[in-house]
Amino acid sequence: MNTFKEILSKKVPADKFVELIRGSYDGTAAGVSPARIAELKSKLTLEKAEKPVVMVGMGTCGLANGAQAVYDTFEAELKKYGVDAELTRVGCVGFCAEEVIVDIKVPGFPRISYKRVTPENVDTIIERTLLHKEPVIQKALGKYPYSDDSLWPEIPFIQDIPFFKIQKKVVLENCGVIDPENIDQYLARGGYHALSDVLINKSPLDVIKETKLAGLRGRGGGGFPTGKKWEFAYQAKNDQKYLICNADEGDPGAFMDRAVLEGDPHRVVEGMIIAAYAIGASVGYVYCRAEYPLAISRLEKTIADATAYGLLGDNILNSGFSFHLKIKKGAGAFVCGEETALIHSIEGRRGMPRPRPPFPAVSGLFGKPTIINNVETFANVPLIFRNGADWYAAIGTAKSKGTKIFALSGKVVNTGLVEVPMGTTIRDIIFTVGGGIPDGKAFKAVQIGAPSGGALPEKFLDTEIDYENLKAVGAMMGSGGLVVMDETTCMVDLAKFFMQFITSESCGKCIPCREGTKRLLEILERITKSYREEETEVDSLMRFQGMLYLERLADVIKDTSLCGLGQTAANPVISTLKNFRDEYEAHLYDRKCPAKACRQMLTYTIIEDKCIGCTLCATRCPVNAISGNRKEPHFINQDICTHCGQCELNCRFDAIIAE
Amino acid sequence: MRSEEVYKKYPRNEASNMIAMLQDVQEVHGYLPEDDIIRVAKHLNVPTSRVYGVATFYNQFRLTPLGKHVIRVCRGTACHVKGSLDILNTLEAELGIKAGETTKDLQFTIETVACIGACSIAPVIVIDDKYYGGLTSKSVYKLITEYRKKEDQADKA
Repeated sequence: MNTFKEILSKKVPADKFVELIRGSYDGTAAGVSPARIAELKSKLTLEKAEKPVVMVGMGTCGLANGAQAVYDTFEAELKKYGVDAELTRVGCVGFCAEEVIVDIKVPGFPRISYKRVTPENVDTIIERTLLHKEPVIQKALGKYPYSDDSLWPEIPFIQDIPFFKIQKKVVLENCGVIDPENIDQYLARGGYHALSDVLINKSPLDVIKETKLAGLRGRGGGGFPTGKKWEFAYQAKNDQKYLICNADEGDPGAFMDRAVLEGDPHRVVEGMIIAAYAIGASVGYVYCRAEYPLAISRLEKTIADATAYGLLGDNILNSGFSFHLKIKKGAGAFVCGEETALIHSIEGRRGMPRPRPPFPAVSGLFGKPTIINNVETFANVPLIFRNGADWYAAIGTAKSKGTKIFALSGKVVNTGLVEVPMGTTIRDIIFTVGGGIPDGKAFKAVQIGAPSGGALPEKFLDTEIDYENLKAVGAMMGSGGLVVMDETTCMVDLAKFFMQFITSESCGKCIPCREGTKRLLEILERITKSYREEETEVDSLMRFQGMLYLERLADVIKDTSLCGLGQTAANPVISTLKNFRDEYEAHLYDRKCPAKACRQMLTYTIIEDKCIGCTLCATRCPVNAISGNRKEPHFINQDICTHCGQCELNCRFDAIIAE
Repeated sequence: MRSEEVYKKYPRNEASNMIAMLQDVQEVHGYLPEDDIIRVAKHLNVPTSRVYGVATFYNQFRLTPLGKHVIRVCRGTACHVKGSLDILNTLEAELGIKAGETTKDLQFTIETVACIGACSIAPVIVIDDKYYGGLTSKSVYKLITEYRKKEDQADKA
């Protein structure tokens, strides 16, 4: 069996367990030969696999693209061919646009990645790669470095293809590479080495000092220095302290935390144990969204495995330090991403924020000192202690260290998960990694940091990403969602969309956020309505008056709201007003939506010459506004039409136009 | 899990378990029946109003029964940019209900969710925990027709 568990059963002292795997302790006395460990490691890292291994990318994106069917087909076909191969699930490598991704490692050959695999391809892949040991070139994404790189010269290295080339995968190094549910693979790749080193050689103060030195800042949004935060909790004297991992990734358009939890959960747990040691917490919680069932089930397995290996629980690695980790499922409230709201939610209350101070580091969960960090922050921690603070501080810009993971989505060719060093330009991420805008459309804007951030136009594309630079151009790092928009996206509609989101997610505690965002939404709805719905002159006056109030109202909400959600609630309006004022004016004065996205402002008509009278539009119209005889041109009754656009979307003859 | 087991699983008077308990109750019934809300309050020794307050605060909890198939339409930013409103409109028009409602025959419920984190394959909908990505108005219409056909066949059989 490929497992380190057997070492545990031998007479190895608990505190030497990881040291043995690390190679800094000679286990000969306990009956474990170093050669045996080395052999086990090279097997687990697949450098020297005994038999072929097939790895199917089964993160949420992979599953949504049909990874389960591919997995099942492999299972059946391998049996049919009588191939003795190991079939495993791995996390997401980040290249979601090319899912389902299947990796194959044949002994003696490099590991190869296949893209867009469907059940129909399985047959060919097994026959060519597993039986004849040759690649299927048209399906290949790339190969991994191997001791003999001259093999399969026609396949590019995976790190050389444009999507990965400028990326720096350190936090995501294991995602999509290892089986996330296999603790041995994580150990073999250097996992828990940092923890062991910290527990044996460092005091809590050393840990805090090094984290400060590395310059790690909170990845959840604000960018507060992590070491400093830990110091506050360290100094707070109390018999009980808590550590919380914020995995309530509520920002629409962000999925980094999900990918890390699904792809490399042990890394997050290791980071949490180190943090708990630093602040002196004995109990920790992972507050994870209930919308991420896969992440939760993998976390449960991770915690159970780590506990079984003595890396979690009482007296970890015989250091005298104990830490217990529990999972709390969120119940779907965006505001619970805010620290104090999250604490209330764990306590079993409504997730409403409270004024700070006192800060959670002084008085948090159940009134005890509590530290809350985001998933990505914890995932960075083991790196600092494995490679050193200097190594970490050498990546990134003067004030923002390390890498940042972005979730690239929207109107971009290569959607997926991208990890780049701080200081990379937005243009590089969208056009080099992302491959630009599909269908030959023009770039219009990129929304950074979800609702709390801002929409940046073309002129800011050369901004080098770090916390300060993004703030300076009116966006923010946020959690790291990058949603790209092309010319068919209307920025007023986008602002309206975010306002709808915020009004439904506002907890209702403070008036500026509860009432103010509602008024903002009403103003935006008035601007994007058509003439037909304005019945009196008062309505059109209201429309202009609203526009006058828009900016002022946004500023008041920003200045007077209680929590971070409220204070940034108006950002979508502020940033689109600043960067795309002309679009607001077109809606307001010309009553036109330049991007043709605001349905309410469009008039749908049927071109008689093109309509063949198939009656499809009439049957699909939810309000029966379309009439006409079969095989004769139809027409739309504009008085009834609700501008839902169903007719245009469903017409097979492009006979319906919207203007 | 059965209803009784939920009450056995959690110790009495520990109000911090309220959300987890409600989640389990919902897992059993598909929604939170009135009787269970009262029972959870008694079990945890808190006023019923507090349980009701929590149940109505979080998006996950429902106070009415669900249809056999739950369709969750992602309304995250990436999905919005890629036309999830059209998808939602198509579903609403086709099933004759609004988001948050259930069809009269108790077959389908449409819900919107803030973001299901599968942004790279937007626009996405989830039907009974099965993900469908890269949809268009036409393909979602086809999808829903298939589900209906399946149901009709099951009825006949």
